[in-house]
Amino acid sequence: MSVVIQADRLSKQYQLGQIGGGRLFDDVNQWWAKFRGKEDPLAKVGHGSAFHRSHRLNSFARNGACADDIWALRNVSFEVKQGEVVGIIGGNGAGKSTILKILSRVTAPSEGVVRVKGRIASLLEVGTGFHFELTGRENIFLNGAILGMTKSEIRRKFDEIVAFSEVEQFIDTPVKRYSSGMHVRLAFAVAAHLEPEILIVDEVLAVGDAAFQKKCLGKMKDVAREGRTILFVSHNMEAVRRLCTRGIWLRNGKIQQDGEIDTVVQNYFKSVSEEKPFTFTSPESGLSINRVVLNNGRGEQMSQFRPGDDLIVEVSYHAEKPVETPYFILAIHGVKGSCFTANMLLDGHRPKRLAGSGTISCKFESIPLLPQNYSVQMAIRTKDGNDHLLDSREVAFFTVAADLADYGYKGEFQMLAARSTHMVVPYEWRFSDGTVASVSLKRPATATVELFP
Amino acid sequence: MNSEPLTAATPGIASTVAAPTVPVLSRDSDWTLVIRPQTGWFDLRLADMWRYRDLVMLFVRRDFVSQYKQTILGPLWFIIQPLLTTLTYTVIFGNIAQLSTDGLPKILFYLSGVTAWNYFADCLTKTSETFVANANIFGKVYFPRLAVPVSIVISNLIRFGIQLFLFLGFYFYFLARGTAIKPTQALWLMPLLILLMAALGLGMGIIVSSMTTRYRDLRYLVQFGVQLLMFSTPVIYPLSKIPDQYRWVMLSNPMTPLIETFRYAFLGTGTFNWEYLGFSTGASALILTAGILLFNHVEKTFMDTV
Repeated sequence: MSVVIQADRLSKQYQLGQIGGGRLFDDVNQWWAKFRGKEDPLAKVGHGSAFHRSHRLNSFARNGACADDIWALRNVSFEVKQGEVVGIIGGNGAGKSTILKILSRVTAPSEGVVRVKGRIASLLEVGTGFHFELTGRENIFLNGAILGMTKSEIRRKFDEIVAFSEVEQFIDTPVKRYSSGMHVRLAFAVAAHLEPEILIVDEVLAVGDAAFQKKCLGKMKDVAREGRTILFVSHNMEAVRRLCTRGIWLRNGKIQQDGEIDTVVQNYFKSVSEEKPFTFTSPESGLSINRVVLNNGRGEQMSQFRPGDDLIVEVSYHAEKPVETPYFILAIHGVKGSCFTANMLLDGHRPKRLAGSGTISCKFESIPLLPQNYSVQMAIRTKDGNDHLLDSREVAFFTVAADLADYGYKGEFQMLAARSTHMVVPYEWRFSDGTVASVSLKRPATATVELFP
Repeated sequence: MNSEPLTAATPGIASTVAAPTVPVLSRDSDWTLVIRPQTGWFDLRLADMWRYRDLVMLFVRRDFVSQYKQTILGPLWFIIQPLLTTLTYTVIFGNIAQLSTDGLPKILFYLSGVTAWNYFADCLTKTSETFVANANIFGKVYFPRLAVPVSIVISNLIRFGIQLFLFLGFYFYFLARGTAIKPTQALWLMPLLILLMAALGLGMGIIVSSMTTRYRDLRYLVQFGVQLLMFSTPVIYPLSKIPDQYRWVMLSNPMTPLIETFRYAFLGTGTFNWEYLGFSTGASALILTAGILLFNHVEKTFMDTV
């Protein structure tokens, strides 16, 4: 398949400090000094004027002070082939949005080139250019045109857009009377019906209710299925994973990893978990979670387990005021979804009250997990189970690592275990000649081998 | 793709995507779009403007509809505004200050000046806010930024058209009463005059708007500057009454010949001079070109500085 986006050593430099606060006087002063061949009167000490000038080369719109340059992107190169659905992930300030902004021509790169084949449409925000005084109908046309559609294109898709947005009755009402939900639905409907060869999407799924989000995701999947290329930035890893086939993980303006989406997401999770431990405070209830640690039942705190190890999740809390009979829900997730859970909503075993400081722990016995990366998700509810103190969040991460040969695995393709299912329930093959082969991750077959002493 | 068992996969699939290698040889002409750091001053991509022509017209419509949507009198304001200005001028400059109107009926003299001047001034002041007023939308999506000022010029043209009808109303009233006014051949120049006023207003407006991305102070100077410019344009007094030693001030203002010719065309009185008009044309072309180049240049990086 042909390459439709080619980014070649892309860099973007931003300046911190007094951007946009330029004063005419300073500039004239600077210009006059340069004119007479003198040192720049405003250059910081230690910066030669030649250096300074080279920094000023770039643009008319640059400010003189150059000490606080930061590189939002540094030498980023990648190629995207037609029909690929690429997720761009990374923490805040990693440069994700900058890439999208350059691709959608909102801003120009400082260095490097991007070559693009085909029409690009970008959805950096839904409802860009909506005018509150105009009706829904008028805004569909205006917004569509802003996004790059022609009038006849919009007219052709008008009914479809209105149907998708579910605001038929109010289509001739000024948008200012819309609820925020209707507003978003209409805006996304317009954007979703763009038919570019390349679609750039940034976090738009973070808006709207769950049902609508699902619909949006479905729509984007349709777009992808039609063979069009999508670049998708989101913090919602579940959405990224469901939609994308390839991931580009950015870290501090550089590509940390570029590859198959599950692997990239796994590694990203892993690095995030190492970077900052989970803490949480619910202001209304006064409950705070100070620490979530994982250990293997022998008192060793760890983030790497072997299949068949016990996994103990230890949650340290502090309750400012007593919390009556809370529900704790723990779930172990792999990149492909949930593996198993310990859920007080289901099992009904609840602590009577939490007061002061303490710990709650849960032991999962001999985890039957294949060597992959996992996360622990936790939710806390109170009362009848409807009062969410903590919505399901990733509170800890761990890796399962092992040489499967130790568990009696003999296959040639063991490296594929990283992409297989997460859990393996003990099973037995029986062949017609009466041979029986049992497979289990419960404990190593060769107990003598200590992989991780 | 998801949860496929071991057997479904082959070793080939498992290999990760190789790091992209960027071919050294790749001609720009093979691509639809090439994004570079600082494209040249003359890379204007005017073809884009044509592709987005629907957007320009929708902007015009938006401006029109939204402007008077919550007012009681609605589009009547298009007419009331110049009418009130003209009345004020008639009373203050005509009756109290007794300024000359070249022997023309005061209302016609001021209304012609105000109508033409307003078109230019509105184009200038409104387009001068392009970047600052649209920072939000410019930061989110690409379209040719010039679409915004161009749409402003067009929606002002519609206003100007309506106001021209108001002027024509008075004009025919005075003609019917037998006042000494006569239309001249210069009426044929009317499209050129309108074009020049638009070009001048647009050009100056986008220069200011490009500069305001860097020098915010300019925003506050615009209103004052436009007013000052009006006094060096024969809006409230005729060029013929200006003492010779100050005439050059008036004549170095490219709007002067336009207003004078506008009046001369309809009323038959005033200064008509091909040389002056030639100067205006040259100045307008120069300012507009400079404006477009500057605007285009700032457009690419202005999001980083706003």
